[in-house]
This record gives sequence, structure tokens and C-alpha cells, in this order.
Amino acid sequence: MTEKEDKKKTVKEELDTKKVEKEVKVELKERNEDKGSQMLVEEKAVVVPGELLARGIDFLPGNGTFKEDGEVRSKIMGLVKKKEHLVSVVPLSGTYMPIPGDGVIGVVDGVQISSWLLDINAPYPGFLSLAESTEEFVDLSRSDITDYYDIGDVVYARINKVTKRKDIQITMKDRMCRKLHGGNIIKITPAKVPRLIGRSGSMIEMIKKKTGCHIIVGQNGLVWIKGEREVLAAEAVLKVERESHTEGLTDRIGEMLDQFAKEVVK
Amino acid sequence: MSVKQEKLIVNGKRPDGRKLDEMREIEAKAGVIERADGSGFFRLGNTIAVAAVYGPKELHPKHLLDPVRAYVKCRYNMAPFSTTERIRPGPSRRSTEISKVIKSALSSVLFLEEYPETGIEIFIEVLQADASTRCVGLNAASIALADAGVPMKDLVASCAAGKVEGQIVLDVAGEEDCEGEVDLPIAYVPRKNEIYLLQMDGIVKKEELKKALDMAIKGCKVIYDKQKQALKCEYKEVKAK
Repeated sequence: MTEKEDKKKTVKEELDTKKVEKEVKVELKERNEDKGSQMLVEEKAVVVPGELLARGIDFLPGNGTFKEDGEVRSKIMGLVKKKEHLVSVVPLSGTYMPIPGDGVIGVVDGVQISSWLLDINAPYPGFLSLAESTEEFVDLSRSDITDYYDIGDVVYARINKVTKRKDIQITMKDRMCRKLHGGNIIKITPAKVPRLIGRSGSMIEMIKKKTGCHIIVGQNGLVWIKGEREVLAAEAVLKVERESHTEGLTDRIGEMLDQFAKEVVK
Repeated sequence: MSVKQEKLIVNGKRPDGRKLDEMREIEAKAGVIERADGSGFFRLGNTIAVAAVYGPKELHPKHLLDPVRAYVKCRYNMAPFSTTERIRPGPSRRSTEISKVIKSALSSVLFLEEYPETGIEIFIEVLQADASTRCVGLNAASIALADAGVPMKDLVASCAAGKVEGQIVLDVAGEEDCEGEVDLPIAYVPRKNEIYLLQMDGIVKKEELKKALDMAIKGCKVIYDKQKQALKCEYKEVKAK
């Protein structure tokens, strides 16, 4: 009896394993057939959070996207960008998140014993230490570091390091970095900074030329303007922010500035 | 004087002429408040809510800080003029509770770990109330969060079902809200098929609850599409100019 039962069992087991193998094969086949990697949206399309962008192992999630169950989905609202296997979303809005190497405009809002805290229009304060701000020797017992930067001063600085805990270290040891005297600051959406600068600086150079103002654009969305026609330059900058998605914007801004110049001559 | 005993549902039609599984008119917009980082408007029939989102930014008071994730502050408020009888301004037991449930529903779709030690502030203002204000508020807040560029897994859609005169109906409104037996608001994420908010008052049978849930989920899917449209429209219009 037991032998018979054993035989039955083994036969059953064999059948079971065959069945499982078959199922696995079918599954694999299905996976290869309809779960082949593919892009599901066009490039430069506007997507919303949670939208499916691409499917399959050939695509990697870049900035503004996440991968879940083999599917790349958008994390934010923005425009789709694809670079080889990397799918990312360029944001249309959002706060500034510091990245090492970014040039930013900061306002000093705290002075400590040997460092400053800068407001850089981010969720976290920027930390500028004395060592990163000057080459010369400073005797802390004799001098006051507010001689260098005081509360309310505006600086153009560079992000040196961002730790995992989001401590932001800032440096002034760079060619462009300096204290900004006078002028005015306006705020634009950080996501629209690249449009304001334009392709290899075309837009901002044009505004500078046609208004004769000094303009410095921080990656954090702060724009410093100084010159006689500050108001006009600010208007142009704000127009770029408002209409950043339209085509032929550079020409229109140029026209606007030219028209103003004509009126002044009259 | 004898009390009028009129039926609410006559021939499968409700007091405002809708079918049992029909929703009120939906209107959704994004970017309605210029000074906010993100904002949304949502209207469901006569219920109107506006939401504004600020942040992620520095959080005050500091004791609320979380070293590994962002803290979500949510304030649901009904305007004093939003109902037939004036509401005393300021927080109440009811609004505190609704703020809390909306906060938890939205927190579960946000990537809060990306912004440690910060706060995200959500303000929901109900301008006109005609039932399911928490759903409309939540829908508006969801649009506002996406508009603000806060990373999220998906949009949250919210909708209510209910039981009126023994029949299950979608999107309870007006008289039905006062006279109906059950009100069941839910918040739902279609992609994951998950429910992030479920509240109920009244008594239902198991089958009825299932039916009501199915109906509410169908409603949420419609709302989800409208939210998506509203967000995409904001930028299409600019393109067309």
C-alpha cells in the first residue's frame, strides 16, 4: 500500500513541477512580449504627478521621476525629457533645492562668531564660514566679522557642498563671487531661471545690453538689478517669467525694450 | 399644520434632477492664487473650495521639526459666510478633525523624505458649503500641491456616496445631506487602488457599504481626470497665447 501511495505521490509531484515549469515559461513569454520596454509619452509633453512615462527595464528614472513595479512615473508636474535611457521631468514650479556648484544670490540674515547665515531662498539656510569667505588672516579677538558682511548685505556666492542632512555650505572663493552694493532684488520662480538666462546666456545678455543695467541671476530665483533703467529691466525679467512657455520670447522681449528706447528718444 | 411628507427620490430622480449615480457639476482650476507657491480651486455643484500651498520651507514652531521628513501643516476652514447660517470664525472641533484627516490623506502620497527638517503648509478655505466640503477641500489641496511642485506619488481624488431613503446615491447634496441616512466620504488613489480617507456616519448593511464604496470610487475616478485636466490646462493656455 505504502509503495503504491509513494508512486502516486511522485507521479503527482512530477506533474506539479511540469505544470509549474509551463506556467513560468508562459509568464516569461508574456513578460517578453507585452512588457517590452517602451516610452509612453512624447518628449516635452506636460505631465502631472503619478503619470506613467515609460515601462520596462530599459528606462531609468531621472530627476522628477520614480520607478515602481518596473514603471517610470512622474513625481512632479513638468515637461518630459529623455536622454538615452534616462527619463526625467523638468519642473514647471517648485522651491529651490541647492545643488553644489550653483551660483546663488543670498541675503545675510545671521552673524555668528566666525560665520554667517544666508537666506538663499531655499528651505534651508546657507552657511558661510569665515574660512570660505576670505583669504586674509582675521584675528577674531580684535576684529568684528560684521566688517566683512553685516545683516542685510547681499552677496553672490557659490554652493560648495550639500550634505545628506541638507546642511548647505557656501563659498565666496570663486571668480564671480562678491558683495553686491546697491541695486534691487526681484524674485522669480527658480524653475524659470534657465529660460531667463536663455541659450548660452542670449536672453539675459540682450536685456543687459538694451537696458544698460548690471544684472546677476542666481540659480535660486533671485535676480539682482542695478542701473538707471532698473524698472524696465525688472519688467522684462518678470515678462520672461510670466511667458516662459511661449515661443519666440527673446524676439518679443527685444521688441518691447526697443519700443521703450524709441519713446525715450522722442 | 401638518408636516409635509414628500419623498426625496421620485422615479429614480433626486431633488436636483440627478440620477442615483450622477455627480454634480465639476469645475477645477490650478494657479488661482498668485502669491502662493501653488494653489487650486475646486467646485462640486454649490460647494466651492480654494486651497493654497506654501513650501517646503522653514518650519515654525521648531519643536514640530522632523529630522528625516517634512512636516505637513494643514488648515481646513469654512468661511463665516459659506453656509445659510453664519459660522463663528476660527477653529472648531469639526474643522480641527477635518484638517487632521485631510493631512493624513495627503501625507501618504507625498515624498516627504526628500525635504527633511522642513514644513509644507496647506490652507483650505471653503467659500461655499453644500455637503462634502472635506472632499472638495481635499481635491483642491491635491491640485495645489501638484501646482506647487511638491513631489508626490499621485493625485488624490475624493468623493462621497450616501444612502437616501434606503437607496445608495453618489455625491450627496442639499436636502439629501440633512435628510439622508448615511454619508460616506472617501479619498482614493486610482492607480494603486488605495483608499486614504474613509469616514461614515449612519448605519448601513455590509452589502450597502460595498455598493456605496464602489460608487464613490467611480466618482473619484471622474474627479481624478478633472484634476489632471485642470493642471495641464494651466500650461496649455499659456502656450496658446
